Amino acid sequence: MNIGILLKEGPYNHQASDTAYKFAEAAIARGHKVDAVFLYNDGVTNVTRLMDPPQDDRNIAGRWSELSAKHGVEVLACIAASKRRGISEEVLIEGGEITGLGTLTDIAIRNDRLVTFGD
Amino acid sequence: MTEESSNIRKIMHVMRHAPHGSIYTYEGLEMILIMAAYEQDLSVAFIGDGVYALKKGQDTEGIGIKGFAKTFPALDGYDVEKLYVDEASLAERGLREEDLLVDVEVMSSREIGRLMSEQDVVIHH
Amino acid sequence: MLHTINKSPFDTSTMETCFRFLQPGDPVLFIEDGVYAVQSGNRFEAGIGEVMKNNQVYALKPDLDARGIDSVTGGVRTVDYDGFVGLVEEHRMNSWL
Repeated sequence: MNIGILLKEGPYNHQASDTAYKFAEAAIARGHKVDAVFLYNDGVTNVTRLMDPPQDDRNIAGRWSELSAKHGVEVLACIAASKRRGISEEVLIEGGEITGLGTLTDIAIRNDRLVTFGD
Repeated sequence: MTEESSNIRKIMHVMRHAPHGSIYTYEGLEMILIMAAYEQDLSVAFIGDGVYALKKGQDTEGIGIKGFAKTFPALDGYDVEKLYVDEASLAERGLREEDLLVDVEVMSSREIGRLMSEQDVVIHH
Repeated sequence: MLHTINKSPFDTSTMETCFRFLQPGDPVLFIEDGVYAVQSGNRFEAGIGEVMKNNQVYALKPDLDARGIDSVTGGVRTVDYDGFVGLVEEHRMNSWL
């Protein structure tokens, strides 16, 4: 099954990013294709490489980067939401991309499921 | 699902937040406007505090945030015509259909729930 | 259609609202702070019991564990992330944020 994920909340403030990540991992482990994680609202701040949490904490941006590299999951930040929040190509993690809401529409159309996480 | 209908997705946007205290309604509306260009079967449901987005007489000048209430009546021009408002949400807020700034279908939760269950994609804002 | 609820019912009306729109047979999955809804002996026990007459109710086990909830309302099933994905395989999604 092909699955798209919509993540509408930033990292750390809320558990949404963690649940989305755990869900993506489990879906891949069950043999599904996680097509893309689309970031909207404050969710776009999931992919800044300026993120630098304490050593003993998870690095949420790094985790998305790894998921993209290992499993070909597209990690996409909405351009309009990114501009508002100071997310640009210059601060983007490896594997991250900035794109438009049209891409989310394509994701909603081409996947069997769209699963939303957020606050 | 038939060959023909498989290309058209039923997508429902559910407005759940009041309009200015957070950005969810505004950015939700931006998403709806873009999706409208993709000729899918779009609908918008207003549930809970989401109904406040449609309240007449909003003036945001004093709070320094751009108002967007006028966009709702303009949705028609983007072929987004299915606007559903939850009757119970209106009633518990002391609002009536005349208090809303756009023509909508006021429906019972049961009816909206039935429409919801027919969707391919549901996105809450 | 699978409904997920991620808010504590003590904090917001999300659960109550979701329940109004549920169709018979739709499963409900509590995740994140939503799992506080199914701690046994709380004031939502009867309401959850009522919903379970027509709908299966699940709670995400890792979220229960993280919150020290070791006893859930009778009839509520627990799933891990793998089980969450299993539910998504069977149902289209409706995430009540």
